[in-house]
Amino acid sequence: RRDVLVLTPWLAPIVWEGTFNRDILNAQYIQKKLVTGVVTFAVKKYWFFIEGFMSSANKYFLAGHQVIFYLFTDNPEQISPIQMAPENRLFVIPVQNHSQWQDTSMSRMDIISRYIRSHFQYEVHYLYSIDIDVQLFEHIGVEIIDALVGTISSWQYNARRESKSYETRTESQAAIPEGEGDFYYTASFYGGSVAEVYKLTTACFKGIMKDRENGIEARWHDESHLNKYLLYHKPTRLLSPEYYWDEEL
Amino acid sequence: RRQDVLTVTPWLAPIIWEGTFSAEILDSAYKPLNLTVGVTAFAVGKYTRFVGRFLESAEKHFMKGYRVNYYIFTDNPETIPTVQLQPGRRLVIVPIKKYPSWQEISMRRMEAINKHIAETSHGEVDYLFCLDIDMVFYNAWGPETLGDIVAALHPGYFNVPRSQFPYERRSSSAAHIPDGEGDFYYGGAVFGGLVKKVYEFTKTCHMTILTDKANGIMAAWQEESHLNRHFLSHKPSKVLSPEYLWDDRKPKPPEIHLIRFSTVEKDYREIRD
Repeated sequence: RRDVLVLTPWLAPIVWEGTFNRDILNAQYIQKKLVTGVVTFAVKKYWFFIEGFMSSANKYFLAGHQVIFYLFTDNPEQISPIQMAPENRLFVIPVQNHSQWQDTSMSRMDIISRYIRSHFQYEVHYLYSIDIDVQLFEHIGVEIIDALVGTISSWQYNARRESKSYETRTESQAAIPEGEGDFYYTASFYGGSVAEVYKLTTACFKGIMKDRENGIEARWHDESHLNKYLLYHKPTRLLSPEYYWDEEL
Repeated sequence: RRQDVLTVTPWLAPIIWEGTFSAEILDSAYKPLNLTVGVTAFAVGKYTRFVGRFLESAEKHFMKGYRVNYYIFTDNPETIPTVQLQPGRRLVIVPIKKYPSWQEISMRRMEAINKHIAETSHGEVDYLFCLDIDMVFYNAWGPETLGDIVAALHPGYFNVPRSQFPYERRSSSAAHIPDGEGDFYYGGAVFGGLVKKVYEFTKTCHMTILTDKANGIMAAWQEESHLNRHFLSHKPSKVLSPEYLWDDRKPKPPEIHLIRFSTVEKDYREIRD
């Protein structure tokens, strides 16, 4: 691929179709006997997306490898039985629902962080947080596996730095100074090793809580905090907008 | 940004060329880690004459601002010149035995490096590079080169088709690579990585070298053939472009913007005894 940027200035590969050989990567992944987890939230009306997400994820997400899905929902009874691929497992975990979707969105960081500590670190090596209203249409494979992985937001891919949606108000913990910023990452798909995801979610939640105390809320909620974190803790691998394409574009 | 060359391998390891990285961002990530980088180089027999220039040029260009330990393996410690070193950098002389032929000397390097890591350097360095001594640094060699397992593209074969790579082709050798296989041709003059990883792959290479010896065969390019065999099945996590392993006898092609580390002119017959 000569038409796109395939390497960041800090030498993290940017994954685009055509830049990698999945067979080689599969061989490396299998050799290391890795297990990957997916965290997703279906709160309030979002239960509607569960079936579409789970059926496409079972088909396309790390197909052939063992994946453990952690589905957090406020309405476990509403879930109809889900057909899982034989190597995958599903855990449905009840959570409280909040009055505002932003609160739910931002408490995700806290939930992920706590559950890594109590459970996930013992069950998986790598963990990815993916929005439930996502449907996979193509295989997403082991090319995503690395220590700290962010996905470039399709909305922002070609935008110049000044028009990126970073939080700029210095009162917020998520503020990014003028003129700074590498890429705009989407909070809909990020992940990495459990250790790195733990650090990320803990840091983001701390920022969220601090903002709440100061009576401010970041422009794009947890996504603003994510972008702040990934500016100062550079991802070891980036996924191109092919990995999360907003249909509305 | 480089669009004229391959900058990522099919297994998503970066290939380091000038223009692909920001030295500033990398320094800001690596300097705070307080790393020590080791360098091994073998100066045996007449090769001791290269040590002075190697070290002086390394002081100017190699991992500037980082702690560096130079491990010079030699059969003749008295001939090693005293070179002025920057603070945080030191020279360690490792006495070794001289083998009768240059090929044997070259191939025993894997064993010597491996043994030295186990005995000494594992506790002293975080990363280790194993370099040929008959070379000079001309431009910066920095933290862009640091990685778990690092190999370098051989300058003679980086833009030729795979069928022309001088892999060991005899199936009786443990370094054998069949036709149609192979990613790149890596040079034996530059390799490295995390000290633990270098320990592992020097051990493996030494084992395959011994296997060949027991079977009365010596690979086409000595330990370079074994290294290529190993890196085919255990892919490097970072690949250095030929900027990091150049041969001054070759004319500079357009892809090479900067020569960082290159051979010194020498008469091979005279020097190899």
